[in-house]
Amino acid sequence: MAVDVVRPRRRGRRLRRYGVVAAFMSPWIVGFVAFYVYPMLASLYFSFTKYDILSPPRWTGLTNYRFMFTRDPNFWLSLRNTVWMIVVSTPLEIVFAIGCAMVLTRPKRGLGIYRTIFFLPTMVPVAAAALSFLFILNPAGPIDHLLRFLHAPKPLWFQDPRYAKPGLVLLGLWGIGNTMIIFLASLLDVPRQLYEAADIEGATPWQRFRHVTLPMISPVIFFSLVIGVIYGFQYFTEGYIAAGGQGSLGNPRGSLLFYPIWLYQQAFNSFHMGYASAMAWVLFLITMACTLVLIRTSKRWVHYQGGFR
Amino acid sequence: MGMRRPERLVAGLAVVLVLGAACTAGGGSTSSAPPTINPTGSHEPVTLTLWTFFSNATHEFDVFKSVVSAFEEKYPWITVKAVPDKADTDVLNAINAGTPPDLANICCPDDAPEFCSKKAYADLGPFLEQDGIDLTSLVPAGALAYTSYQGDQCMLPMLTDAYGLYYNTDMFQAAGITDPPKTYSELFEDVKKLTTFGADGSIEVAGFLPLASGDYELANFLNGIYSGAHWYNSDGTSAIATDPAFANLLQFTKSMTDWMGYDKLNRFFAKYDGGQDDSEFSPSNLFETGKLAMDFDGEWRVAFIQNDNSDVPYATAPFPVADDHPELYGVGQIGGSTLGIPRGAPHPAESWLLMRYLSLDQEAEQMLGEGLKNVPTLNAALSDPVLTGDPHFATFLQIAANPNSRYKELTTLALTDVTLFDAFADEYLAGTVSDLQGGLEGVATQIDDQLQLGG
Repeated sequence: MAVDVVRPRRRGRRLRRYGVVAAFMSPWIVGFVAFYVYPMLASLYFSFTKYDILSPPRWTGLTNYRFMFTRDPNFWLSLRNTVWMIVVSTPLEIVFAIGCAMVLTRPKRGLGIYRTIFFLPTMVPVAAAALSFLFILNPAGPIDHLLRFLHAPKPLWFQDPRYAKPGLVLLGLWGIGNTMIIFLASLLDVPRQLYEAADIEGATPWQRFRHVTLPMISPVIFFSLVIGVIYGFQYFTEGYIAAGGQGSLGNPRGSLLFYPIWLYQQAFNSFHMGYASAMAWVLFLITMACTLVLIRTSKRWVHYQGGFR
Repeated sequence: MGMRRPERLVAGLAVVLVLGAACTAGGGSTSSAPPTINPTGSHEPVTLTLWTFFSNATHEFDVFKSVVSAFEEKYPWITVKAVPDKADTDVLNAINAGTPPDLANICCPDDAPEFCSKKAYADLGPFLEQDGIDLTSLVPAGALAYTSYQGDQCMLPMLTDAYGLYYNTDMFQAAGITDPPKTYSELFEDVKKLTTFGADGSIEVAGFLPLASGDYELANFLNGIYSGAHWYNSDGTSAIATDPAFANLLQFTKSMTDWMGYDKLNRFFAKYDGGQDDSEFSPSNLFETGKLAMDFDGEWRVAFIQNDNSDVPYATAPFPVADDHPELYGVGQIGGSTLGIPRGAPHPAESWLLMRYLSLDQEAEQMLGEGLKNVPTLNAALSDPVLTGDPHFATFLQIAANPNSRYKELTTLALTDVTLFDAFADEYLAGTVSDLQGGLEGVATQIDDQLQLGG
């Protein structure tokens, strides 16, 4: 008898407890459903329709997806440009960030000032940074003068399709502060005794880096890689500004037509909301697939302290 | 096998959300009988919301507000709340959300087909009929064309840009050129006389800047108005590959580009312009600084030259036309801002009064034209003595009054057809296209595909 009485009481307490938890979580739940779940499902539905904002969507099945893969050359062009940026820019940024962070571990004095200086570019709004680089790299700008002084070739950067994307890579390297700070924290977190053991074993500086530093910061490299790839597939503002904004198909000569830019132009210039939704879902699936591949392969090269995974 | 409760919940939620998504799109249409109002009678106070693309950061919004104030004086029971910095998509979103302004003023004609065909704006036919207004006698035909779509006049123009030739008179004199060019051939001959090269072969002064993605307004030249080109066939398909005017226009432009050197032109433009058309709104404009002898530009450059205190000696003329269309000389591309009464506007009768004032009232159009240094879109205002008094500006009034001046044909693609064509033009001018006709056919296919995607 006593057991039967206790059980409903416990159940009631548990339900009340769930209710309190749900009540505290409700602002997040409402926000998540309204601003994430609903738009995502809506865009999935729109991706199977013709939709221009002003008229009700018309169901067209897989037409948008078929068109994307078979009739839209700019889909492939924008995908190629985006993948190029990810493949070139992301590893370079990681290497550069590690390099900067390692340099910043050296100074004995003024470390705070150096860190601030290295981090400062991150504080500049992306649009302002992009415009600044257009100025810095144009043929009347300071880089051109420097190259002239060095008798080096003077590329036309954002007027030349061969140099436009490398110009944006330079912009990305300049604004590496966030990644660098994470690497700096990670480098400072490497246990000293590991280096001491390596020294006792007679390791060279390269061997210390290869066999101690790199494995110990590999979780941060992995994190930066995943974030870099996800960010790379969403690359928009810098490319949009450098290409000349609305009405430009990735000037110069398509070299800066990135996937999100073509998606944006389809949605807001041509009002092809259904097609843009389909593009957004394909982008989501590609990003998801790349992230999963990175997670899978990470088991081979990412080392967590204490073996935690 | 039935679904478990959480799965049922998720599935149910998905159905609700998808149905909700399906219901978000606005539909419906406007009534054909317009609401009427007697402007001279007594009325309850009304506040109208007027959205405009004019930026609060420029003096243009102040000029606009001053004209709106004149309207408020004329109709004392109406207060107008002018809201700056509104883009086309803002208007669309507001219509869709059921919270549209009473009147919308957007910058460019390109979205007119989308607004008209989807009934985003009220059809003005009944309003015009009710007030006995015959637009064809009041407004230049070209301006009426870009504010309507397939016979549906859902917008009215409010000022326009007109494009013509600016030329440096001192350079012309030094080169022994007495008159501005009237045909493409003459333009090219003058370019050869006016372009100067430095010792290293770089361009010091360009006679003209034939770059599709360079000079900020040349894309408008490539719209083909000066070649008599038409973008679409009667069946609605792209005429880019079938109208020979486009191939001829590109070949002519490339002949100039090749003569000056594509790379040299790019370096010249990047060096002196900043590389991203950023001199359009600054005193470093190539024409204003004497680096460009002839420029394709709009009427607003007259005011810019004055405001920038540029001492460039210049004159204006209609832009040269294709050699096989000499009869077109005097035309120009025109296209400007538009007014529309959004679907669901709270006070359509008063909206129409305001719209009619801003677009069809001679005094208002002249005030706007004088204040903003744009071309009025009312025939009567084109002879405004203040505007015609400046010979530089008068050229553009004549261009706007030319019955053949027009904007390119518009579709629901808005600017996408132009973007695709300009991208191809850039490739062609760069010398990377060996088969011009094949390339144009590719562009036409892309445009047709895009039309099908939205249609």
